[in-house]
Amino acid sequence: MDKNTPAVSLQNISKSFGGVPANEHVSLDIYRGEILALLGENGSGKTTLMNMLSGIYFPDEGQILIDGEPVVISSPKDAFRYGIGMIHQHFKLVDVLTAAENIVLGLKEKGRLNMEQVAGRVKEICEQYGFEVDPNQKIYDMSVSQKQTVEIVKVLYRGADILILDEPTAVLTPQETEKLFAVLRNMRSSGKAIVIITHKMHEVEALSDRVAVLNRGRFVGDVMTRDTNAQEMTNMMVGHPVTLNIQRPEPKDPKPRIEVEGLTVRSEDGVLKLEDVSFTARSGEILGIAGISGCGQKELLEAIAGLQKVEKGSIRFVEDDGSRDELIGKDPMEITSMGVALSFVPEDRLGMGLVGDMDLTDNMMLRSFREGHSVFTDRNGPRKLAAQVVKELGVITPGLTTPVRRLSGGNVQKILVGREIASAPTVLLTAYAVRGLDINSSYTIYELINKQKQAGVAVVYVGEDLDVLLQLCDRIVVLCGGKVSGILDGKTATKNQIGLMMTTVGGTREHE
Amino acid sequence: MFDLVSFIPRAVVQSIPLLYGATGETLTEKSGNLNLGIPGIMYVGGISGVIGAFLYEQAAGGSLNPVLAVAIPTLACLLGSALMGLLYCFLTVTLRANQNVTGLAMTTFGVGFGNFFGGSLIKLTGSEVPSIALSATSGYFSASLPFAEDLGWFGKIFLSYGFLAYTAIALALISSYVLRHTRTGLHLRAVGENPATADAAGINIGRYKYVATVTGSMIAGLGGLYYVMDYACGVWSNDAFGDRGWLAIALVIFTTWRPNVGILSSMLFGGLYILYLFVPTGMNLSVKELYKMLPYVVTIVVLVISSMRNKRENQPPESLGLAYFREDR
Repeated sequence: MDKNTPAVSLQNISKSFGGVPANEHVSLDIYRGEILALLGENGSGKTTLMNMLSGIYFPDEGQILIDGEPVVISSPKDAFRYGIGMIHQHFKLVDVLTAAENIVLGLKEKGRLNMEQVAGRVKEICEQYGFEVDPNQKIYDMSVSQKQTVEIVKVLYRGADILILDEPTAVLTPQETEKLFAVLRNMRSSGKAIVIITHKMHEVEALSDRVAVLNRGRFVGDVMTRDTNAQEMTNMMVGHPVTLNIQRPEPKDPKPRIEVEGLTVRSEDGVLKLEDVSFTARSGEILGIAGISGCGQKELLEAIAGLQKVEKGSIRFVEDDGSRDELIGKDPMEITSMGVALSFVPEDRLGMGLVGDMDLTDNMMLRSFREGHSVFTDRNGPRKLAAQVVKELGVITPGLTTPVRRLSGGNVQKILVGREIASAPTVLLTAYAVRGLDINSSYTIYELINKQKQAGVAVVYVGEDLDVLLQLCDRIVVLCGGKVSGILDGKTATKNQIGLMMTTVGGTREHE
Repeated sequence: MFDLVSFIPRAVVQSIPLLYGATGETLTEKSGNLNLGIPGIMYVGGISGVIGAFLYEQAAGGSLNPVLAVAIPTLACLLGSALMGLLYCFLTVTLRANQNVTGLAMTTFGVGFGNFFGGSLIKLTGSEVPSIALSATSGYFSASLPFAEDLGWFGKIFLSYGFLAYTAIALALISSYVLRHTRTGLHLRAVGENPATADAAGINIGRYKYVATVTGSMIAGLGGLYYVMDYACGVWSNDAFGDRGWLAIALVIFTTWRPNVGILSSMLFGGLYILYLFVPTGMNLSVKELYKMLPYVVTIVVLVISSMRNKRENQPPESLGLAYFREDR
């Protein structure tokens, strides 16, 4: 096959949802033996564009060519036929089925369903590319990275040679990310075309050969990765020059604000979620919390906010004059009125904190509806706040009366974080504040958090991106399986050190 | 003290309509459709069979052809319940109406439909009692093997039933096999668990939901037919079928969505349903009423236990009751 014929050529593609354009006249070529990074801000239409390639959406306008031949992809089945496989940001796996069952799902092979044969072929693929998958393990028993591996094996099993990965590293540890990249490089050298959507610039630089940039649904341009840098790519994405520095102002006069001691939490079904966790969060300081997702971060923040039942231990709120107040046993409203604000961005984004069917103003009101003495609620304040958040964080929305559910994920998140910060807290608990946010909005949020820190707020920042944790936080608590693996100084800690501590308590490598 | 040889056959005949209903509802629920219209569909299945049999008996005069006497009511029953299933699918899958509301409305409709045509037929025959008897047709449905009676207790317990009873057990076993061991079953389970995933894997969601729901409705409809033609000896009287449809839905939860488990569980339910007839209570009728409560109490206990056990395999299909729309954001 001619190396210069693109494996996939998108020509003049447009797609809109209910009148709001998601893609406008996008043209893009994808080549074999190349890793293409697709960049763009939140809501710039990257996922929509790739979904049209994988048959989830159908373009309103435009033409798709595979190996130079015009094709129509009207369903995921068509996409498989042309060798296109997509690994979605939210895994498309059925939890109660085994890995092998998920892998053969939807295939119309001849003959009876023979699970042993399937398992055999899965093992073959795993050996070829260096994966580890147990074909008979149920999906609900798997870690995030195992699930992702199943997804990749699934598309390979179908014989895909054009792979699309939508933010594959968002939930992986640095070590797992490295493993994934090694596999992707393997696939590149075996002649597959790979498209990766990501927000992490260092990953783009480390992995991709070429970068294509979208801005507000339009194609901006593409460059070879070696000819560009993070700054230039960000400028292209945003459309104007931006600065890419995370400030870390010295903490001013830090005083203990929250003292957590010996905190032990069990989930409803009796699983130990936190074990003997102790640390102090100080005012005017950002305390980072690192850990593989699901190892107690949520429970920790919820325990402080009064939403989680605590088995043992104490959480004390320290006033300026040194007097201490036990938080355990207080109800969430009392804790909130003491100035503890929680902004938790869960995986499904809408799960906590926002009501999908309510509009922007009403969601702002969720914080303030108890204020005032009138029987009627005040709608003006929330409306102004909503307008302010939209302006400051650059939320893309048709208007303030749009239900939050209709906005793209990143925009939903900006509203949540913006509201929590605006409530002028003394303690700001934030988890995954920038999860899935593009680089420009992420930096806006870092700035907002830094402003809070300088105003003397004690910030607890649960994050996924270790590079950011290292640049932003003054101290970092590393959690491993619900235990404190260590507390590091943000200025001197290294990424590798944290990565190891996330997987083994204390960070010492065990011999196998 | 307890006459098992007469108790078991009565429990079994009680259980067959429940088993049909439960097998049909399980297949339907595996596709993610919570069809609460099953009680109504069983009514429609019953009355459709009655109408078919009635028209044939009228047309044939005195001499019935055994094959036609069985085939016509059966086909009428399948057609009636399939139409109900199609209506349910059209409303919930194509138009994405709320499944609970649609199902409840269809139950109300089905019961009314049964009583309306039942009443009309009773009027037509000009009968003195408010019921209609199709004993000739029923004879063919309830015919058991000729030598069954010579085999004593064995024949009584295992061979004394009409062919629809054995069909119910066969259908339950086949359904279980299809769900667990075939590609179609795997796809169907995926559709009910996570339609977005199944869709991305290239499975036609709408088709699976339609086929599973209509097939399920037809199987449930046979339960109504069995009730009239075999259990009730061909006598249709309005509202006689009672709440068996709801018990069938309870049975689905009781069996944790496994049709093969349904065979024995339905017999347990059937036994509990008629236990009050076999318990000597003397003149104290209120105790009998308490015994009638048993199947429902057992269902509630099972609901509590199965939600406590928390094993993923025993939970309902994850997207049960939810409509699916591919481009929903």
